[in-house]
Amino acid sequence: MAGALLEIHGLVKRFGGFTALNRVTLHVKEGERFGLIGPNGSGKTTLINCVSGSLRPDDGRIVFAGRDITALPAHQRTRLGIARSFQIPKPFTSMTVQENLDIPLEYAGHARARDAGAEAAEILRAIGLDAKAHLRPSGLTQIEMRKLELARAMAARPKLLISDEAMAGLSSAEVDDILAILFRLNGEGITIIMIEHIMRAVMRFSERIVVLDAGERIAEGTPDEIVRNPAVEKAYLGE
Amino acid sequence: MTPRSGLAWLAGLGVVGAGIALAGLRVNPYVYFAGYVILQYVVIATAWNILGGYAGYVNFGTPAFFAMGAYTAVFLIQSLRAPLPVLILAGGLVAALLGLGIGYLTLRLRGVFFSIATLALSVVLQTMIINWEYVGGSRGLSVIRPSGPPFGSYVTFLFTVMVGLAVLSVMVARFIERSWIGRGLAALRDNEEAAECMGVPTLRLKLFATTISGFLLGVAGAPFPYYVTFVEPNSAFALDYAVNALAMPMIGGTTSWAGPVIGAVLLGTAQQLATVTISSEMNLFIVGVVLVAFVVLAPEGILGLVRRLRGR
Repeated sequence: MAGALLEIHGLVKRFGGFTALNRVTLHVKEGERFGLIGPNGSGKTTLINCVSGSLRPDDGRIVFAGRDITALPAHQRTRLGIARSFQIPKPFTSMTVQENLDIPLEYAGHARARDAGAEAAEILRAIGLDAKAHLRPSGLTQIEMRKLELARAMAARPKLLISDEAMAGLSSAEVDDILAILFRLNGEGITIIMIEHIMRAVMRFSERIVVLDAGERIAEGTPDEIVRNPAVEKAYLGE
Repeated sequence: MTPRSGLAWLAGLGVVGAGIALAGLRVNPYVYFAGYVILQYVVIATAWNILGGYAGYVNFGTPAFFAMGAYTAVFLIQSLRAPLPVLILAGGLVAALLGLGIGYLTLRLRGVFFSIATLALSVVLQTMIINWEYVGGSRGLSVIRPSGPPFGSYVTFLFTVMVGLAVLSVMVARFIERSWIGRGLAALRDNEEAAECMGVPTLRLKLFATTISGFLLGVAGAPFPYYVTFVEPNSAFALDYAVNALAMPMIGGTTSWAGPVIGAVLLGTAQQLATVTISSEMNLFIVGVVLVAFVVLAPEGILGLVRRLRGR
């Protein structure tokens, strides 16, 4: 498919007898703001774990920027340009906020140890964490922790950023704050996949949305089309 | 080379020089005898800390690696009467291979399960050695030191060799700690999944850590046959190594190369003093009490304590 940055073909993932993903196929275009939604347990996080490399799919192919990455370990995918934030923040607890960014800068962002500091400071300033640069993550609030997740993903200099429920549990003003950051990153040319339960945020952010339910792809369309889709309504609310 | 690492090399050379000078002093031979053990623990604690402290994988199988070094040496003495440098290198390499092997275990085993596997490894290897007659089996084997050491008595010579090995291992640990490898290991210690997703090749770094750690533990064990002149499985696979290797870095502080050195010197000296003045059984008792005290009162070791007193 022309212009597709990420192509997922017939992805299958089973955990024992449970099929978490059943032949899921989807494409994300370069520069797109892509929303991935679905009820709890529908396979969203499993899908992006397969894309980022934390999980190996049982069947299917993943192609990124024209290259088959299905068998690639996670750290190499990051170097190719896939970065993610974690639903439950996973900071490096023994390091300061700034040092947390040095790791992806040095290992994936192609920065030498010497200029990593300046780049980290710049990213922290852009995301509004510069005042906390020398704190340990344990001293951060919830929203600051989410911002650190995003900042760390940005430090990997990604082409594709996967934001896994970066807004869960945040206040409405904080949601706007994170949304603004994601809009700005997209403006800089980064393709973004947003996984979110906060409908107000996904609907506003996404240009196109795919809906998963019980490991199957049940709908795809613009936010308007998704809202009016009876299958989606059924998946969320039941009959 | 940065000025700081130049200074470190100079300090290292200074320590080696001081060691040689001390060996030339011909003070009470017991000083060298005890000093050897303390220095051997500097090597062991430093080697353990590369995996346990930097990467966060707690190895209970230190005796296995130490004994691999010692028994490789015994084998080479028996078969070829190989010279000491060859023994040290070969002992290190065999233990490094063992390290590489347990590195692959980290693919499936993390946390306490990894530790249990390393403990089991020690038991398995000890059983194999007990049943291998050529290296003495369960009865043990007397080793005759080569006649005419390069200088002094053989014990002062071994003492000097151990000074060199201690400096070498501390240098290696310090280099790792300050390089991209050390930063990557710290990241995977904090959160392995996040590290991998941030571009850190976690498997490769873990294999590196287990191999280097194994190598240095084997190196520490290789001169052991010449030091004790009688090698038997119970002393080569002694529980003391497992406990001390873990306790010394914990007491000194695991995040920096200085921690294991401080821990080994303090605990090692205390153990030697207790052996002479009270009884050799007091050894592990002291370690146990001190370790419990530190885990409860100063979990980040002496280095952490100093940092806290300085107000960070």
